[in-house]
Amino acid sequence: MATSNKSRLVDEMKMQSGQDPNNCYQCAKCSAACPVTAAMDLLPHQVIRYLQLGLEEDLAKSKTPWICASCFTCAARCPRDLDLARMMEGIRLVMLRRREGNKFGPADLTPEQLEKLPQQALVSGFRKYNK
Amino acid sequence: MPRTGVFICHCGTNIAGTVDIEKAVEASRNFPGVVHADDYRYLCSEMGQDLIKKAIEDNKLERVVVGTCSPRMHEGTFRKAAAEAGLNPYLLEVANIREHCSWVHKDIEEGTPKAIALLRAAVAKAVLNESLDAPELEVEKRALVIGGGIAGIQAAIDIAEAGYEVDVVEREPSIGGRMAQLEKTFPTLDCSACILTPKMVEAAQHPNINLITYSEVEEVKGFVGQFDVKIRQKARSVDPVKCTGCGVCYEKCPAKASSEFEMGLSKRKAIYVPFPQAVPNVPVIDRDACLYFRKGRCQICEKECPPQAIVYDQKDEFIERRYGTIIVATGFDQMSPSQYGEYGYGQHPDILTGLEFERLFNASGPTGGKVVRLSDGKPPKKVVFVQCVGSRDKARGMNYCSKICCMYTAKQAVLLKEKVPDAKSYVFYIDVRTAGKGYEEFQRRAAEEYDVAYLRGQVGKIFPEGDHLVVHGVDSLSGKIIEIKADMVVLAAASIARADAPDLGRIVGINSDSYHFFNEAHPKLKPVETHTAGIFIAGACQAPKDIPDTVAQASAAAVKAVGLLSKDFLKGEACTAEVNQAECSGCMYCEAVCPYSAINPVEIEERYHGGTLKRTVAEVNPALCQGCGSCTVICRSGSVNLKGFSNEQILAEVDAICLQR
Repeated sequence: MATSNKSRLVDEMKMQSGQDPNNCYQCAKCSAACPVTAAMDLLPHQVIRYLQLGLEEDLAKSKTPWICASCFTCAARCPRDLDLARMMEGIRLVMLRRREGNKFGPADLTPEQLEKLPQQALVSGFRKYNK
Repeated sequence: MPRTGVFICHCGTNIAGTVDIEKAVEASRNFPGVVHADDYRYLCSEMGQDLIKKAIEDNKLERVVVGTCSPRMHEGTFRKAAAEAGLNPYLLEVANIREHCSWVHKDIEEGTPKAIALLRAAVAKAVLNESLDAPELEVEKRALVIGGGIAGIQAAIDIAEAGYEVDVVEREPSIGGRMAQLEKTFPTLDCSACILTPKMVEAAQHPNINLITYSEVEEVKGFVGQFDVKIRQKARSVDPVKCTGCGVCYEKCPAKASSEFEMGLSKRKAIYVPFPQAVPNVPVIDRDACLYFRKGRCQICEKECPPQAIVYDQKDEFIERRYGTIIVATGFDQMSPSQYGEYGYGQHPDILTGLEFERLFNASGPTGGKVVRLSDGKPPKKVVFVQCVGSRDKARGMNYCSKICCMYTAKQAVLLKEKVPDAKSYVFYIDVRTAGKGYEEFQRRAAEEYDVAYLRGQVGKIFPEGDHLVVHGVDSLSGKIIEIKADMVVLAAASIARADAPDLGRIVGINSDSYHFFNEAHPKLKPVETHTAGIFIAGACQAPKDIPDTVAQASAAAVKAVGLLSKDFLKGEACTAEVNQAECSGCMYCEAVCPYSAINPVEIEERYHGGTLKRTVAEVNPALCQGCGSCTVICRSGSVNLKGFSNEQILAEVDAICLQR
């Protein structure tokens, strides 16, 4: 399945998640297994389809990546060994970085802060708010 | 220095495109020993071969080097041409300047010197070539078929009809295989037993076919034309000559066990025939279930048997026979879907696999042919079929498509409608694959005339709720989540290789792919051959396939087997190993590495300081040797040589490439 549009979102998502949406053959098992589809505007397999087609703007408007609870049921069931939960997290990260821009980096923090703040929080913060 | 001729092929532009042929011919003329060099557009053509033949005669050539494609392509062609011109065929050498040169280079400046180097090496080797003769091997005019399913039966009948003896070894008490378990066959809805049993009877009655049931192949030795096979005939505990097949024994037997033939859905007796049309119709005592074997008393079958055919102390027997050729047709298994927790298989009696569901339709099946729920005996009104359970699943199952499920699901949905007219079927599918004559039409009929709802998507979970099974799935075309309160769920479980297929492969000497299906020698042009000469494969042991493909492949394998059996002698391998016994130290490492058991220790006498000395050295049986060269590599003293590929010849080639100026 070839992507029809070149998309930066897809490229960045791939880098973040290590998952290639082209490996999906659209069996939709993720959607059948997902416990929170009732609240989604796009079903999980449709999110992958949009990624395959590079429909960046439509994805940006969708609520689905934000509703995903990262329960990993989709990943456990996927016959193609794809981890959709990671892909959703990848989409969220790309969106956050775009929206929030470059808020702070290691240089913005004092050595004291760097020492005191938990490592995990720092890394997580940089991933979201540092380009 | 032998008079050598070099012939270079253009292969259209395949070689000429990246090798300057004129330069190569010119360079060849200067190689030591070369007295004639020429080129031609297509050497493999009749004209090209005539060119070589004529040059051999005109120039009294003693060695020939052809610079062409891979020896795998045309070595045979050119050797035959050389032989027709009166030259020993092994005096011809191929320089592979296509696959090894022109195809891998883009630049003529790089391709040409490499082609010249390869030609120089081939000439250096050819000079050291010796005349060789391939030994003639006798062919035992009898075939062995392993597996008595439809593939094995068809192959056996075809070979027998051609006038050769065939033994069919079947592991189960009866021949028939998977096809015997089926109710109907797609797309014609023929009754499976009605078309299979006549073939089973034909096989049993054919004077050239010998059925060896309840038996397994334990050992295969030898080589094409002369396979020595050891077959274990498991103790039936019933004398097949005395037994009349009256069935009193299994009527009276008080012990029960799960029926393999019914996929465990019902019980059979400890003494049993797997199904009513069994061939041979001779029961077997399952010693693990029999009360007499377990506890020492009962013996009801012995008392009741009118012809006194029960033999409790029967032992496993071994049959050792020689066969010219072997056909492996061991069939397939169905994957157990129990590892897919979301489908709940094994947790509920109304969640079945395709093959289990098939048995419900059969008049002699566990429900007597009534399609009912195993939980409460009521006919199911809503049945959900789930496709690709374990197939097309690289994460938890098999990466391949099992090929038959789309069609048998459509068939079962149609049959269901006929048995339970108010039943509604739902099929969750990823893709419907109906490649085959009449298949697409059949599947469309199921959807259009039999009201089978095809839902494009998969099932996420199945769980019981009251009397029903709730199936939670999705239809990806509408983007809707679908929930069905079903009475029954049928899982199209993947077709997989037999669990012990690799073991049999090792015994017989053929290899299998990563899924344990046996490998054909070439995916397109040698579909029933294996890499081991004289051994052929047929049916679902090679890959999942339907009955028409299986039968076609079985007949193809039979033709190959008959072609082999029709020869009185086969040409063996000329390039075999030989031991220089004067240098051999008798360490016998070569014996250990030889995959064909072609090397044995022998004792020789040598004169030593006036007396004689006895010592052990290695000896190669040229009839068994396949020329693989393992022994030449392991030999510490370098005293084993492969004819046609001697150490001297290989080093001459290396020198010719490395020492060129």
